[in-house]
Amino acid sequence: MRQISAILAVIIALAISCTAWAADEVPAAIDAPIDAAVYEKLVLLTEASFREKVGIVEEMADSSGQQAVLALQILLNSQLYHDEEGNQEFYQLVQDSAGKDQLYNLKTGRLAPDLSLKQLDKVRTNNRLRKAIKQSIAKIRLFKGSEPERLAALQSMLGDMDADNAKLVTTAMSTEASESIQELMQVAMAIYRAGAGAEEEKFAAIKTLQGRLEPEVRAALTGLVESSKGNKVLHAAALKALQTTEEKVEFYGFVEKLFFGLSLGSVLLLAAIGLAITFGVMGVINMAHGEMIMLGAYTTYVIQLLMPNHIGYSIVVAIPAAFVVSGLVGIAIQQGIIRFLEGRPLETLLATFGLSLILQQAVRSIFSPLNRQVSSPEWMSGALEINPVLALTFNRLYILAFSLLVFAVLMYVFKKTNLGLNVRAVSQNRDMARAMGVKTQRVDALTFGLGSGVAGVAGVALSQLTNVGPNLGQSYIIDSFMVVVFGGVGNLLGTLVGSFSLGIANKFLEPLTGAVLAKILVLVFIILFIQKRPKGLFPQKGRAAE
Amino acid sequence: MNAFSRILANVQLRRQSTSLVVGVLFVVTLYASVCNLLLSPDSMFYVSTYTITLMGKYLCYALLALSVDVVWGYCGVLSLGHGAFFALGGYGMGMYLMRQIGDRGVYGNPELPDFMVFLNWDTLPWYWFGMDQFWFAMLMAMLVPGLLAFTFGWLAFRSRVTGVYLSIMTQALTFALMLAFFRNEMGFGGNNGLTDFKDLLGFDLQSDNTRVTLFVLTATFLALAFLVSRFIMDSRFGRVILAIRDSEARARFVGYRTESYKVWLFVYSAVLAAIAGAMYVPQVGIINPGEFSPINSIEMVVWVAVGGRGTLYGAIVGALLVNYAKTRFTAIMPDGWLFALGALFVWVTIFLPQGLVGYFEKLLAKFKNSNGGGGAASPAGAKEASS
Repeated sequence: MRQISAILAVIIALAISCTAWAADEVPAAIDAPIDAAVYEKLVLLTEASFREKVGIVEEMADSSGQQAVLALQILLNSQLYHDEEGNQEFYQLVQDSAGKDQLYNLKTGRLAPDLSLKQLDKVRTNNRLRKAIKQSIAKIRLFKGSEPERLAALQSMLGDMDADNAKLVTTAMSTEASESIQELMQVAMAIYRAGAGAEEEKFAAIKTLQGRLEPEVRAALTGLVESSKGNKVLHAAALKALQTTEEKVEFYGFVEKLFFGLSLGSVLLLAAIGLAITFGVMGVINMAHGEMIMLGAYTTYVIQLLMPNHIGYSIVVAIPAAFVVSGLVGIAIQQGIIRFLEGRPLETLLATFGLSLILQQAVRSIFSPLNRQVSSPEWMSGALEINPVLALTFNRLYILAFSLLVFAVLMYVFKKTNLGLNVRAVSQNRDMARAMGVKTQRVDALTFGLGSGVAGVAGVALSQLTNVGPNLGQSYIIDSFMVVVFGGVGNLLGTLVGSFSLGIANKFLEPLTGAVLAKILVLVFIILFIQKRPKGLFPQKGRAAE
Repeated sequence: MNAFSRILANVQLRRQSTSLVVGVLFVVTLYASVCNLLLSPDSMFYVSTYTITLMGKYLCYALLALSVDVVWGYCGVLSLGHGAFFALGGYGMGMYLMRQIGDRGVYGNPELPDFMVFLNWDTLPWYWFGMDQFWFAMLMAMLVPGLLAFTFGWLAFRSRVTGVYLSIMTQALTFALMLAFFRNEMGFGGNNGLTDFKDLLGFDLQSDNTRVTLFVLTATFLALAFLVSRFIMDSRFGRVILAIRDSEARARFVGYRTESYKVWLFVYSAVLAAIAGAMYVPQVGIINPGEFSPINSIEMVVWVAVGGRGTLYGAIVGALLVNYAKTRFTAIMPDGWLFALGALFVWVTIFLPQGLVGYFEKLLAKFKNSNGGGGAASPAGAKEASS
């Protein structure tokens, strides 16, 4: 338990401390006019041969600064068009979200709505020109960009450190102020020297490269190991450096698997925690629990339909909405069906299963049997790159944190509030609780509503990871029961430990056996585990256990 | 009214119902077969081969329901995984039929079934050996589910996993098997399962004669299974099983090894389900991993619940009624079936805890009582089957 929270703390701390972004290459539609000097160069481009174009592009890199980057990127991605009449008008071709072509005038920076592609000519590029453009963009960024831009430019250069690039980096090094970029420049030079340097330079390069995780570094080291077969000392040094690097990569691979395991665990936790309340604490088998999750996911979908312009907020609105929707349906189920089947668990199981069929079919009739796509808000997309071999996606990180938050809130409700006290009293001894004046009927309804509502909240989170469809809940119900049974019935903490250990076990088995077999093995393990400890990991003790 | 006369009345009722079930089954089977084989298709009384196959399918379901009732109605063990035994039996038969195709498959390979050729396998996996022998395949079709039931039951009952826990474990069992059989590497045809069967023991599966024979055989197996189950339940063994259902702890304290009783009953039930599966496959012509899906297993339970558990014939009635309704319903409004099935679950558990049979028995008893017949009593049925 403490170890898990320690690992979590480390990951969250890492998440906050490092924020490097992957460079986004395809430019979006422009929103301001292009600089006049750059524009003049573009005019020259339309008449020039490819050889001349290379010269123009290189000149752009020297004379203009940041302004040229955007224009060059547009050119690089074949988005640049000019009109046939020779009015020297330039346009950027962008596809909007519906996939429709749209043209933006580079002089005004505005959308040109009446224009069709047929009236325009593409400014053509070839491989050599594209290489020159890339180099020029890198050069501009390396010398004139902001710090993250310089870093990104350098990273994109690591892959082909030829003599030209090495010269570029050497010049840039003398003016570079940032320490981390200086360090990466050393690495870049070492990659170059590992391939083309003299022998003692190669030794120095190995020293610099050792332990760096960039895939380019590993490629350079592997190349060196291959090429230095004749020189035993050098070969041994390169091999050792490579092994150190591989060990590190392996370690981060382990961390990544752990993260995926935790992520799966958090999904399981969210799916199972509501069940831990209704099944674990109340002892009611609710086979329609998965459908409560599904309702939550569909609530998210509906709310996104209602506020299409505020996807970022819709998810925040969806959380309480899903809680209320699923919670109310849960209370209706409890009052309408489960109340009459008290003390007959097998019948409850059948009735709620029937209910789950009805709910699934209802959703299928209302929303169609096809999956619905729920879009992720911007702040949840993208990934956190801790180092070149380890990237954690934000949606998984948020869901991990969110599941722990939900868990903490529920723990608080159960331990510190009146409702929690009543629930525990009723679950331990119904008659005695009633004798003490606890309104057991009301507590039952509220508890069931709480468990179902939490399932709905889980649906909101799941909608960010998978497609929303009528079978969404069904695919989690067996897993949820396994988690609760494994963790120990009537024990929220057991559910936490159960879900994370099952999630991690699953992800560590997957590379060895394949996803399906891993799942089967985990199921078989639980079946065997239950034989050994029928009451789960953390059995209830004392009178309540009977 | 004393307990003894109640038991007597029960025995009498059971005898009546037994002969009624076997009699009705015999008459219907004979009538349908004769009408199909001897009458011309123009005749008013002609029974089409389609109907015969449909009835054969229903009877397989009835046998399956019987196997669920044996453990649930009489022993209180609610298995949500009986579909697994049914499907395993079906796969046993399917493997035999697959080998019978021989070189008539699409790829014309005399050794390997089509899907293996498609997967570029060059030898038969070891577990396919011998499956071209009918007796061996049938032995395996019963042995494998029986062994699975024995292992699972032995593990579960020995460590006293009961009630809802056991139900969910059985569900996980069939779910895991479904995932496994969906894998192509398992060597059971993956997603598509086994199909395109040609003949069984040399008889063409498409011919009317074979169809009728299969139907008659299914009816015979159902009648036999019913009689054997009735015999078991009336025997000493059955009495202990009932005692376990009503209070396992008490039965244990009296000195019975309840777990071994339960295991053997579970195995018996699994073998019944496997026979149902083996009879089902040649009639419908396909077996695929969908048969393992948890919802199928749960549907079986609802047949028994609708008919009335703990009566044996209730299970048969329930399976026939629900499946007939399903056929009609899915033809008229396909989307409505799940609504109807779901509503059936809820309705039966809340309003008809004894099922249709229990309801009519109660009516009958009331009728007899009001006529002044002191001898008859309300049937014991399955009052506390759940626990």
